[in-house]
Amino acid sequence: MTSALVLQAIVSGLLLGGVYSLICVGLTLTFGVMRIINFAHGEFLMVAMYATYFFAVGFKTEPYAAIVVVLPGLFLFGVLIFHFLIRPIQSRDPLNQMLLLVGLSLVLQNGALALFSPDTRALQSALLYSKLELGDVIIGMPMLIAFVVSILITLALYWQLRFTELGRMIRAAASDRGAAELMGINVNRVNMLAFGMGIGCLGVAAPLMMPVYYVVPDIGTFFILIAFVVVVLGGLGNFVGAMLASFLVAIAQSIGALFMPGSTAPVLPFLLFILVLLFKPEGLFGRPAR
Amino acid sequence: MTTLGQVALAAVALLFMLSAPAFLSEHQIHILIQILFFAYLSSCWNILGGFTGQLSFGHALFLAVGAYTSTLLLLQLGVSPWIGMLAGGTLAGALGLFIGYLSFRYGIKGTFFVLVTLAFTEIARIIALNTSAIGGASGLYIPIRANDLWHLKFVNKSHYYYVIFGLLLIVLAVTAWLERSRAGHRLVAIRENEDAAEALGVNLLRYKLLATALSAFLTALGGTFYAHYVTFIDPSTLLNMNMALEITIYSIVGGIGTLLGPLLGAAVLVPIAETVRAEFGHNYAGVHLVVYGALLMIIVRYAPDGIIGLIRWLREQWTKSRLLPAHQTSEAKP
Repeated sequence: MTSALVLQAIVSGLLLGGVYSLICVGLTLTFGVMRIINFAHGEFLMVAMYATYFFAVGFKTEPYAAIVVVLPGLFLFGVLIFHFLIRPIQSRDPLNQMLLLVGLSLVLQNGALALFSPDTRALQSALLYSKLELGDVIIGMPMLIAFVVSILITLALYWQLRFTELGRMIRAAASDRGAAELMGINVNRVNMLAFGMGIGCLGVAAPLMMPVYYVVPDIGTFFILIAFVVVVLGGLGNFVGAMLASFLVAIAQSIGALFMPGSTAPVLPFLLFILVLLFKPEGLFGRPAR
Repeated sequence: MTTLGQVALAAVALLFMLSAPAFLSEHQIHILIQILFFAYLSSCWNILGGFTGQLSFGHALFLAVGAYTSTLLLLQLGVSPWIGMLAGGTLAGALGLFIGYLSFRYGIKGTFFVLVTLAFTEIARIIALNTSAIGGASGLYIPIRANDLWHLKFVNKSHYYYVIFGLLLIVLAVTAWLERSRAGHRLVAIRENEDAAEALGVNLLRYKLLATALSAFLTALGGTFYAHYVTFIDPSTLLNMNMALEITIYSIVGGIGTLLGPLLGAAVLVPIAETVRAEFGHNYAGVHLVVYGALLMIIVRYAPDGIIGLIRWLREQWTKSRLLPAHQTSEAKP
């Protein structure tokens, strides 16, 4: 019985890790561009979730259909934010850039609160109650879809960064801005695209999450704290590291929930996070920092 | 401005502040208390975040330590909040030393220090929510008594006003002392250029820890005040990311690393927050942060020295225009 529970916890953790990795891969990509952690990432997710909600309610479709609008929408949103807010202060102290994004996150989160009220909003999906049963282990269909798609997207992004011309330019701009410029790369444009892609990931994440999660104005705060933990554990800017750390954190949470009193399991990621920051700041899977 | 003029101005301001409760309504005093309270917290934060340049989003944690320690001592053992306040401050100072030692020993700074302080706050929030001995999610109430100075309990808001005003004067005095002392100069040197400061013989770890402990200690005193003024504490209002951000924003908008910046920031922002809250009501806790966020972005982008910086700039322009009347724009116009 206990082993079945543990097995179920591991599987649930894996599936949850898929959702986390979709969010965190975007965050680690924008880190590569800005060299600072995007404090507004959770609020971009919140925006994407509301967009999915209103699309699905407005057009009476499955949440998944919203991808066709929310993905390009979020990409464009990211590009505009980069162009108008981040680019003008890129040469300034990183803490200044961080504070600007903190300001943006406050505006988005509490703007949503003023516009949409603190009420929770959830969508109905035909898939919500369909599930796979493998022996004692139950797998919810929406989580399975989120899991598979997030892995595909992470691999696609990895491949794109590694083997395409745009990917090479993004990596060049991230590792040495000056040298990249000398090689004739339009660093601003490349960074703008990379930032848009990082935010665009959330345009896929939100429609995949909406069948299982509800949206409230401060949903971003919950996910951003987990995402900070994940990207640092994975090694900042490291894609595959972010994906592996997502699974690690999610599994730790779901197994912890079995053994830890009350609902204290959420402290595990943060404890792990502090330990890693202190003793191995380049991340669990990192080559040493740049 | 002469020093004599400054002294006179300070005396007038002091006199005004001391007599304010005599001619203000209860509601106006409440707003004034909030201004002073946040000016106080932000001034405490400013010692670490402004002067030393180590941004922390964890000051909600020190605030909560102060609030919980004195409240628990009062409820369990009947200890006076004045003693509880010092106990909470000491505990928060020790916690600050612990977090600071862990981080600074390994050279963690900048955004990573921000993340460490956030992580500690989040851990504390989860633990507090799950510990029924300290009230858990439902929080702790402080029983209301009659006027009782020893138990920090007053029927009249104006008494609380004098308490927080006194605390603010203390932190301003500490900050003013830091501005002039060797220790303070060393903190600023660390902020401006760590490597250079170290090369000149500043013990980085010692002075960063000093700033962290002092800042945490003073912040916790504010927590005790909060607990007794509001008479209710719980993890989701105290150990909340928005609270942590709010504490920092007053300093940044007013003028980070300056003596009066936090006070100016709170004096400008708190009335705005009150207005927005009155418009939206209680279900929308936090909606005033739209304005705070927007102002934060504008300040970071266009006026990194905050309102104080703007005032200095205007004064410079004014002096220039007096010295060089030929360049005055108003005369250039037909």
